[in-house]
Amino acid sequence: MNLNNSVFDAKRGHRLRTKIEGRVVYLFVGICAFITLVVTFAIIWNLVQQSIGFFTQVSIIEFFTEKRWSPILIPKSFGIAPLVAGTFLVTVISSFVAVPIGLAVAIFSAEYAPDTVRKILRPILEVLAGIPTVVYGYFALTFVTPLLKIIFPEMIIFNALSAGLVMGIMIIPFVSSLTEDALIAVPNSLRQASYALGATRFETSIKVVVPAALSGIVAAFVLGLSRAIGETMLVTIAAGATPKLTFNPIESIQTMTAYIVQLALGEAANGSIEYQSIYAVAILLFVMTFSMNTLGHWIVKRWRNVY
Amino acid sequence: MILNNEQNKSNIILRVKNLSFYYGAFQALKNISLDIEANKVTAIIGPSGCGKSTLLRCFNRMNDLFSKSKLEGQIIFDDLDIYSQSIDPVLIRSKIGMVFQKPNPFPKSIYDNVAFGLRINGFAGNYDEEIERALIQSALWDEVKDRLKDNAYSLSGGQQQRLCIARALAIRPDVILLDEPTSALDPIGTVKIEDLVNVLKNDYTIIIVTHNMQQAARVSDKTAFLLSGEDRCGILIEYDYTKNIFSNPKMKETEDYITGRFS
Repeated sequence: MNLNNSVFDAKRGHRLRTKIEGRVVYLFVGICAFITLVVTFAIIWNLVQQSIGFFTQVSIIEFFTEKRWSPILIPKSFGIAPLVAGTFLVTVISSFVAVPIGLAVAIFSAEYAPDTVRKILRPILEVLAGIPTVVYGYFALTFVTPLLKIIFPEMIIFNALSAGLVMGIMIIPFVSSLTEDALIAVPNSLRQASYALGATRFETSIKVVVPAALSGIVAAFVLGLSRAIGETMLVTIAAGATPKLTFNPIESIQTMTAYIVQLALGEAANGSIEYQSIYAVAILLFVMTFSMNTLGHWIVKRWRNVY
Repeated sequence: MILNNEQNKSNIILRVKNLSFYYGAFQALKNISLDIEANKVTAIIGPSGCGKSTLLRCFNRMNDLFSKSKLEGQIIFDDLDIYSQSIDPVLIRSKIGMVFQKPNPFPKSIYDNVAFGLRINGFAGNYDEEIERALIQSALWDEVKDRLKDNAYSLSGGQQQRLCIARALAIRPDVILLDEPTSALDPIGTVKIEDLVNVLKNDYTIIIVTHNMQQAARVSDKTAFLLSGEDRCGILIEYDYTKNIFSNPKMKETEDYITGRFS
C-alpha cells in the first residue's frame, strides 16, 4: 500500500514536471513562430509603404505598360517591362539547363545508381549547392562568357545567356534533390508491377516512376525557377545593368534583382523617386516568387498521387 | 502407363532443378526440384518465412532486382534455362506474368493500366480489343466498361486486384504467378479471385502462393509444401496432387501443418 502510494506520488510529480516543461517549450516555440510571422509582415508592410510613395508619382498603368525603364537618366521612365523581361529571359535560359539535367540527375540517382555511386553523387551536389552565388557570378563572367564568345563573337561581355546558363547549373542541385525525393516517394510496388510486365529499367523510370511522381517533379521545377527569379548576385555580376526589352540572350540586360542592387549601391537619395522605385520593383518580385512558391506547393498538394 | 507418363512429361511447362537461392550470405531456399504442369493450378504453401514467395519470384527472375541475390540450379521453361546468360529477364517476364500481394495498379486510368504491358512490348494490333479481352478474362469488364478512363484508384481493392490480373493477362503470358493475391482483400473479393483462377487455368498455367490452406485446397490441382528449419532455409517437404496432400500426406511435417498442429 505504501509502495503503491509512493509510486503514485512519483508519477504525479513527473506529471507536474512534464506539464511545466510542456508549457515552457510551447511558449518558446510559439514566440519563435510569432517572430517569423512579425518579420514577414514587417517586410511586406515596409514594401507596401515605400511603394505607395512611388505609385503616387508613377501610375500603376504606366508602371506596367511603359516600355522603358530609365529611373535616373532624363527623360525618366518607369516601365517595369524591361526588368521583367530580363528576369524572365535569364530564368527561361536557366530552366533549359536545370530542368533536363536536374531531372536526369534525379532519375539516375533514384533509379539507376547503386548505393555506392549515390553516396558519392549526393555530396558532390551538396558542394555545388553550397558554392556562394558570387562565385557563380564570376564563374559566368570570367569563364563561361569568354567560352560563349567563341561561338557568338558579337556577344556583349555582360549578357543574359551566360548568366542564365550558370544560374541553371546553380539550381541543378535544388531541382534534382527535390525531384529525387519525389521519385523515391513512389512505392516500389509500382516498379515491381512494371518489371513484372516485361518493362526495362528505362521504361519503368520514364513510363511509371516519373509519371507517378509528376506532381512533385513539376513542383521542384517551379520552386527551382522561383529561386532563379529571386537570385541576385549572379545576375548583378554577369548579366549586365542595361534594362532592355529584349529576348535576345546575347545582349546585356538587367534583372529586377540586379536593378535593386544597383540602386541600393548608388547614391539614390532617401525618399527620391529612384529610391522608392526599388520598393515597387521589390514588391512585384515578391509577388512573383511568392505566387510561384505557392503554385509549387499547391501542385504538390492538389496533384499528389494516392498510390 | 508409359503413354501416360509421356503425356505427363509433355505437359510440364516449368521444371525446377536443384534450385538454391541466397540473399547475400543467407540461404533462403535449398535444393528444390519440382515440375509445374501446364494448365494446372499449382499452390505453394507453407508457414511465414519458408521462402514460398522467394521461390515464386525465381520463376520470373524478379529476384534479380535485389542486388545481392544469387541462384544455383536451373529453371527450365520452354527447353531453356531461364537463368542462363543468354536469356533476357525482361523477355521472361513478358512470358511469365505476376500479380502481387497488395493490388498495385499504376496511378493511371483503367484503360492505360491494361494497355501498359502491350505498349512496352510493342503491340501493334487493336488495343481496344485486347484490353476488352483481358478485362473480360479477369471478370472485371462489366464493372468497368463504362469508366475505362477513370483512375484505377477509384476501384475497390478487389477490383484493383482483378485489374492487376487483367494487366498481366493483356500481354498473353504462358504462366501467371500469384503471390498471395487475396491477402489484402475482403471475403467477397477473395471469392471472386478464386473463381477467376478456376477459369483462367483453361488458358494459362497458374502458380499461386498462399498462406491460406483452405484456399490452396479450393483452387489448386497440385500443392507444394515448403518448410524452413532451424537455419530459416526453405526446403520442399512434399509436392503432390492437392487431394493427396490434404487427404493423405506422406510426410509427417505436411500432416502437422495442414491439420494445424504446426508449432
